[in-house]
Amino acid sequence: MPELTLEDLKRIKAKTTAAMALRLGHPRATITVHLGDCGISAGARDVMQALLGEVAESRRPDVQVLAADCMGNCASEPNVTVWVEGSEPVVYQKMDRDKIKEVFRRHLLEGEVLREHVLGR
Amino acid sequence: MRELSLHILDIAENGIRAGADRVAIRVEESSAGDRLTLCVEDNGSGLPEDKIARIDDPFVTTRTTRRVGLGLSLLAAASRRCEGDIRVESIRGKGTRITAAFRRSHIDRAPLGDVVATMEALVLGHPHIDFCYTHRVDGEEFVMDTHDLKKELGGLSLSDPLVWRRIAEAMRRALGALASGSAPSLPLEDADA
Repeated sequence: MPELTLEDLKRIKAKTTAAMALRLGHPRATITVHLGDCGISAGARDVMQALLGEVAESRRPDVQVLAADCMGNCASEPNVTVWVEGSEPVVYQKMDRDKIKEVFRRHLLEGEVLREHVLGR
Repeated sequence: MRELSLHILDIAENGIRAGADRVAIRVEESSAGDRLTLCVEDNGSGLPEDKIARIDDPFVTTRTTRRVGLGLSLLAAASRRCEGDIRVESIRGKGTRITAAFRRSHIDRAPLGDVVATMEALVLGHPHIDFCYTHRVDGEEFVMDTHDLKKELGGLSLSDPLVWRRIAEAMRRALGALASGSAPSLPLEDADA
């Protein structure tokens, strides 16, 4: 029996339709993880994985996570850009699994910029 | 890089930067031939010939953000130190195919690592791009094609973390079975046959 069958997909669809109903409209916050080779070597995939876990747990339909290229600040990777509607984007540097969870909880959920982790402070 | 799956992520990101809207990733393992082959193929703008000739040179890049390009030269070095080789085929305007081979049992070969985390970063990080992941071990095959998945999911978004979480769980089970050789794994497109 294959693991990803049509039946699996139908089950997934049924289970997630209710949750998805809440996920309409445009994102009001975008978190961009920079996945250049410098970022990937420095642990950006782990950062993305931890961040996606937080987003899934938070049930925040208005938060979008995207991947982007290296932004040219390779020495401070992994870099993550947080944009919240109505404010300037903030770039966080040297992220890891724990730091990005803190950024998500405090910046995204509570609106506090974590100055100690901001790039070019 | 400490895992081959990180190289896969890196090379796939190169394709996306080159404007691809579809990236096919294949991992093929052969016990009899003692080979592990990674192949990443995209339909992006292609690499200029002079860059292909100099893939071992980390100071060659198509980037404009900085003047060094490490990714492909790192993969080339990784495969060559494991009695393997790298092949770069590219047609301008059509796409690029990078194939890196390794001696599977070579002591210096990095583990394949977490390919599901790599696919997660790609699929969720680039919701408008299609990815096809094929993993073959001694003739048994697993296929995940996001083009097919998106069609089957209808109005649901594959890049929604809740939807993806279940897909990832299924993928981990399938790849685990494939690695242990304990269960057959059919291509997804055969699922309704």
